[in-house]
Amino acid sequence: MMLNRKDILGLKDLTVEEINLILDTADGFRDIATRKRKKVPALQGHTVVNLFYEKSTRTRTSFEIAAKRLSADTVNFTASESSVGKGETFIDTVRNIEAMHPDVIVVRHGSAGAPHMLSKMIKPGVINAGDGAHEHPSQALLDMLMIRDERGGFEGLEVAIIGDIAHSRVARSNIYGLQRMGAKVRIAGPATMIPIGIEKLGVTVAPSVEDAIAGVDVIMMLRIQLERQSQVLFSSMREYSRQFGLNAKRLELARKDAIIMHPGPMNRGVEIDPFVADCQRSRILNQVTNGVAIRMALLYLVTGGGN
Amino acid sequence: MKTLIAGGKVIDPSQGLEGDFDILIDGKVIAKIDKPGKIKLDGKGKTIDARGCIVAPGLVDMHVHLREPGYEGKETIATGSEAAVAGGFTSLACMANTNPINDKQTVTGYILAKAREARCKVFPIGACTVALEGLKIADMGEMKEAGVVGFSDDGKTVMNAELQRRIFELAQQLNMPVLVHAEDEHLAADGQMHEGAVSTELGLDGRPAVAEEIMVSRDIMLARTTGCRVHIQHVSSAGSLELIRWAKTKKLPVTCEVTPHHLTLTDENIGDYDTNCKMAPPLRSAEDRKALIKALADGTIDAIATDHAPHGILLKMIEFDKAAFGIIGLETALALTLRLVDETKLTLMRAIEALTVAPARILGLDVGTLQVGKAADVCIFQPDKTFVYTPERIRSKSKNSPFINWELPGAVRYTMVDGKVVYTG
Ligand SMILES: [Zn+2]
Repeated sequence: MMLNRKDILGLKDLTVEEINLILDTADGFRDIATRKRKKVPALQGHTVVNLFYEKSTRTRTSFEIAAKRLSADTVNFTASESSVGKGETFIDTVRNIEAMHPDVIVVRHGSAGAPHMLSKMIKPGVINAGDGAHEHPSQALLDMLMIRDERGGFEGLEVAIIGDIAHSRVARSNIYGLQRMGAKVRIAGPATMIPIGIEKLGVTVAPSVEDAIAGVDVIMMLRIQLERQSQVLFSSMREYSRQFGLNAKRLELARKDAIIMHPGPMNRGVEIDPFVADCQRSRILNQVTNGVAIRMALLYLVTGGGN
Repeated sequence: MKTLIAGGKVIDPSQGLEGDFDILIDGKVIAKIDKPGKIKLDGKGKTIDARGCIVAPGLVDMHVHLREPGYEGKETIATGSEAAVAGGFTSLACMANTNPINDKQTVTGYILAKAREARCKVFPIGACTVALEGLKIADMGEMKEAGVVGFSDDGKTVMNAELQRRIFELAQQLNMPVLVHAEDEHLAADGQMHEGAVSTELGLDGRPAVAEEIMVSRDIMLARTTGCRVHIQHVSSAGSLELIRWAKTKKLPVTCEVTPHHLTLTDENIGDYDTNCKMAPPLRSAEDRKALIKALADGTIDAIATDHAPHGILLKMIEFDKAAFGIIGLETALALTLRLVDETKLTLMRAIEALTVAPARILGLDVGTLQVGKAADVCIFQPDKTFVYTPERIRSKSKNSPFINWELPGAVRYTMVDGKVVYTG
């Protein structure tokens, strides 16, 4: 089976079959990491460009390792967004990169929709590595791979996503993907961070963290960044931690075998209690290994792998 | 020089005229209106064959951005007027956010000098505050003497309520209307589109409807306090309409306008981040759009105005959250309004009224009418003839329109200004 699309822009438009294909492919790539020679020739002769408009060492490194393990040539562009009307525009940069004949462009951009614009203008495949507050498909897919490992599937699972939903691309991608696969998603957070109309995506908005967590299989905590957002959204990190942080007491409300996830980087002591973050139900570290496997799968599949 | 417009169906809301009439133009003015065939040219002058056409007063757009002086790369008074006459418009009121800003008589004078070479009539609007900064009142009296027909900080909202009150008081004394762009700048903040389920899905910051409604209610109350004629520009939300309805039942001097794009599109049209659907106030929900159409039909909304806002591709072919707000509208306004008439949501009489005499009256302009003795500004269009709005036919210098390649009704056949044909379609 192969993927019939050149771009991975978001989870919103991926089908159940496509998501399964990506997860299965990633599953198969995982053992490469444990081999002595961590390389397969699948993408030999292919060029992957990592075009990052936002600093994100973790995601960029993960894509780079993924490309190298598939024997692709990689080029990294760390671009800065020029002010409007001055310097090179996004489109100019992309056209210049296209002249190098890459096969895939992995793009991270602060503006929602930038990868979509890109995909319409160029021939190479586009993988969205995070666009504004819109989507972050590779992150959601690696979260889903983790959940599938733990639970064997998604049907009937209850997942709570806690935090700043309004500004979270990880939340949106997970909401689309998990629900598409049959899981139920509840969200909770400060009222100022629950965006208008989010119920239309199919989620349940819980009135409190306690309500959101009660009886769930998976708790996903989002990173809170009060410094970056406008001051009007919330009073203080301390208040946030008291009202919305995950602590041992709140964790007890979840199913006994519930797992804790966090797309990172974590603020220990803010959205998550340090002991809870390190407890045996936490799956925070394992997510890194899955990240490379998922990104290998995406690169492999958008270049026609599995054909 | 005499011209006879013969065989058309005349609609002139300024005198409640609707029916088959011939119109005689003598020099610059309307000389006579009579039953078909009654007026004879006796050899002198020419005849315009208007069979199958609607003959209406030249359209009046009380809200355009002509970008001159300062942004001639986007539009000039000349190119904007070319677009205007192609769309059936014969009078434009241009907003003050040029560079330099039209906040003093020298700039007003410059615009009026340029306007003398334009294809249509151009009436400048002066700024309410110096440099549109919302801090200090501009020399409104001086600008009135120089020829502005109203005051507006359009594009921005005067956030200080006391300052707004003083502006209204002074404008009232000058007997001039103030046109307000009503959006609370704190609530609208960095919003890129209407706040709702679609903005949530797209991950874009929203401009909530309440940002507009709060300022509409504030300015209605200040109109009541000061007696100033207050005109709400580009109303976009159903909530604002409820407030304006209340103001009108109280007989307050409040009027408002709506754009053809708010009547036609909703936030859903942004789809895959189409920057040509980005404007302020933003395209709102389907319910808002429905309420706008209804309010236009029942007269709560007085006028249709385009908010023609030309931008080059450097400000539109970019990331959505960096793209400029606004679209061009002069060449599609009539057609988009006629679509509503075709859908029987609006009578043709009401549609033409909102495009002619209604905006003219708000600005106190002696245009938008076919009455005998008045300037012969005429728009002749064929309602059942469609055209495709291709990039090639756009006369504006900029092409930022979401309606490109739409098939639209109501091809303009002739536009006349002061008795002279300035456009033939
Ligand atoms: Zn405006």
